[in-house]
Amino acid sequence: MRSRGSTNWRVVGSQIFVCVCCSAAAFADLAPPLSPTNIFAPASTPAKSIFGLSLFVLVVTGAIFLVVFTLLLYSVVKFRKRKNDDGREPPQVYGSNQVELAWTVIPVLIVVALFMATARVIASLQKTARLDNAIEVIAIGHQFWWEYRYPALGVVTANELHVPISDENQPTPTFIELLSADTDHSFWIPRLAGKTDLIPNHPNSMWIDPHEAGVYLGQCAQYCGTQHAKMLLRVYVQPRADFDRWIQEQRQPAIVGSAVSHGQRVFETTACINCHTVAGTVANGRFGPDLTHLMSRDTIAAGAAKNTPENLRQWILNPDAIKPGSLMPAMQLSDQELDALTAYLETLR
Amino acid sequence: MSTEPIAWPSASAESRTFVDTLHEWVTTVDHKRLGILYIVYALVFLVIGGIEAIVIRIQLIRPHNDFVSPQVFNRMFTMHGTTMIFFVVMPILFGFANYLIPLMIGARDMAFPRLNAFSFWMTAFGGLLLYFSLVGANGLYGAGNAPDVGWFAYAPLTSQTFSPGHSTDFWTLSLLVSGFGSIGTAINIVATVLSMRCPGMTLAKMPLFAWLNLVMAGLVILAVSPLTAAQIMLLVDRYLGGHFFDTQAGGSAVIWMHFFWIFGHPEVYVLVLPAFAFASEIIPVFSRKPIFGYPVMVGATVAIGFISMSVWAHHMFTVGMGSAANTFFVLSTMAIAVPTGIKIFNWLATIWGGKIEFKTPMLFCIAFLFQFLVAGLTGVMLGCAPFDWQLGSSYFVVAHFHYVIVGGILFTLFGAFYYWFPKMSGKMYSETLGKLHFWLFLIGFHLTFDFMHIPGLLGMPRRIYTYEPGRGWDTWNLIVTIGVFFQAAGILVFLGNLVWSYYRGKAAGSDPWDAWTLEWCTNSPPPAYNFSVIPTVKSRRPLWDLKHPDDPDWKYE
Repeated sequence: MRSRGSTNWRVVGSQIFVCVCCSAAAFADLAPPLSPTNIFAPASTPAKSIFGLSLFVLVVTGAIFLVVFTLLLYSVVKFRKRKNDDGREPPQVYGSNQVELAWTVIPVLIVVALFMATARVIASLQKTARLDNAIEVIAIGHQFWWEYRYPALGVVTANELHVPISDENQPTPTFIELLSADTDHSFWIPRLAGKTDLIPNHPNSMWIDPHEAGVYLGQCAQYCGTQHAKMLLRVYVQPRADFDRWIQEQRQPAIVGSAVSHGQRVFETTACINCHTVAGTVANGRFGPDLTHLMSRDTIAAGAAKNTPENLRQWILNPDAIKPGSLMPAMQLSDQELDALTAYLETLR
Repeated sequence: MSTEPIAWPSASAESRTFVDTLHEWVTTVDHKRLGILYIVYALVFLVIGGIEAIVIRIQLIRPHNDFVSPQVFNRMFTMHGTTMIFFVVMPILFGFANYLIPLMIGARDMAFPRLNAFSFWMTAFGGLLLYFSLVGANGLYGAGNAPDVGWFAYAPLTSQTFSPGHSTDFWTLSLLVSGFGSIGTAINIVATVLSMRCPGMTLAKMPLFAWLNLVMAGLVILAVSPLTAAQIMLLVDRYLGGHFFDTQAGGSAVIWMHFFWIFGHPEVYVLVLPAFAFASEIIPVFSRKPIFGYPVMVGATVAIGFISMSVWAHHMFTVGMGSAANTFFVLSTMAIAVPTGIKIFNWLATIWGGKIEFKTPMLFCIAFLFQFLVAGLTGVMLGCAPFDWQLGSSYFVVAHFHYVIVGGILFTLFGAFYYWFPKMSGKMYSETLGKLHFWLFLIGFHLTFDFMHIPGLLGMPRRIYTYEPGRGWDTWNLIVTIGVFFQAAGILVFLGNLVWSYYRGKAAGSDPWDAWTLEWCTNSPPPAYNFSVIPTVKSRRPLWDLKHPDDPDWKYE
């Protein structure tokens, strides 16, 4: 009796495993079309280890679900009161110690298995030694944008993080130190890694080693104030050569031609410079994003709008139209000043 | 000298004015009236919180919707969460506990009737204070009215810097005030259960309902106290220059999280244990069998009570606690799945071999069993810390805890409403409307909360007032929103049923379900003194013994 039971279990278990793996794989195959932020389409080691663990957990919980669901359904159907009921009470059963013991011990064993698998992944992801050739980035969460500093490379940028591809033979992972300038935020690129919070006065860190080039999306995952929803994340994973070229470009100070000096004067004589930096000029504010190479970015307003001249102009005119509650004030400039300022910003390549 | 009988002002029912009735209800110390006050009060807030949920879902029906502004949306989810936890589910559960515990243990009232009234009014004023923020919170800052810091109000978003004006103060004070009410009620429940039981009712012969509420009350005392302390610290920070959570001055945002969640997770069990209590009374009666494994059920309850105090930081896996702490909280979180699983198996075994009658209360409890199974399993997934790094703070978590609170707690609560409505009102509810309510709510629930898991898996964080198109979230959000309207329709049918049945329902009689616990041996509704003679019991099912003198329970227990 017992051996037959266990054989059946193995069959059922393996079938369930196959089913869950297939459906998870189907999910993963559809990944980019289904969603650019699908947690089941990992592209970096932390996300992959989590994906592996999640498959195991899904199989175990799926099996428990099927067994208990079937038992519940069976008993609800089987033991319903029939139309031709004799009106007598069913046998009164008060309990059984053997049965209780069985359904205590089995869950305990399952819990132990799940716990060990989980503990292994925690250890592997949280106790990783830093490699010498790793890229170091400091990510600072602000209401409602991201500041990125590459201390070893002398680069400061905002909202669009650039990292090199990490080759399996020659890994160049990126270690990100997570800080916050104001409230709590959370850094979450589902295809690269799980989320880690950015908490003021409580530095955190995480790492990624993306295997394929591309743009990976995500967004702030800890409620941080009015515009939490439009605090979007973009990670540009580039081949090493492209990444190095990007770094070289970012290290240059701003090059400004005389044609836009009117716009530059507007920028430097209004409140702009209180919050924004343009390297090589008097503008050295740190409250808002660094604008030295603004035009090298695809988006503005932390990913909320495409970086086009019209959007830029609209953003300066009335940030609330794009991102209500954003901390950038409407600058109250005349049309001429707006045009000049936009023209100046467009030269910040 | 002739003696005249003393005429009480409200001797005859006909001569009572509205003011007399109101006066009676406001000044009452009767546990049944206070129970009903709690329940009616909570139903009002259920409608308010439900409307907030509808606003949230309409806003999210499609990407870049502009039904409400981000400011309004953030207030909506803050108020929805705070209202539903503190001013709907807790009071409604306290209401049932208040009404039923003395009746079930054969007592004439709670241990401290005046404390009982005090606690109710504290809770009631807490809720009013929260909503008074809509009028009073603007202050001189013009900084917005209702609180918008989220229901767990993480520091430092609650500091003066980021929350000017008084909205956060209203949030803090309303929870502080209602927290005192909760602690008062919890002390009352513990005292009542421990010292007011009728002759013969040892702890081992007490209905499971009383056991579960006893553990719940113990948890309230342990869990609400740290929340109250944290609220006071927050007030000190905001007005007396304290630095507990002021990160600019060396305070710690993480300390707030610990304080909040050492309240917040036991709170989940504070809410779910009474739901278990309803299921443990309703399922046996409609299966026509005693609860399976009573001692094990009690043991599992006490185990849940203890373990639930050690799992709080699984809400903080993404906070960067270090691998040792993460591993510990994985273990404790998974450990709690064992006693919870035991409970599900015991309910299953109670049904097994019975004769199930599919009356509305039982339908809700059966749906609860299925849904709580799912909620438990998604809880295990979230308990695996690395999986939680992906799932935490996403819509998957939102779906998970709504599966617990709606699929688990609210379903059993509806079951409890239908089960004890005849006792409380003396009238039978409409079975047709009850079943309509059940099916509408079941469809709505599954449309909303089954599909809500998926955008979470696809990377959608919670608490965003809008989202980008092209993330694969659109369809799921549309389905989720459609489900909400089915739920709303179900609630309307439910409220209609209560009102209609109260006025037009058939007389229920004292024991419409052929049940076994003491509340069914007194009139419906019970008289103010509950029992004309305090009963004496010999087993866990005194009415079974009475109805089956040839085969009484006490021979076997």
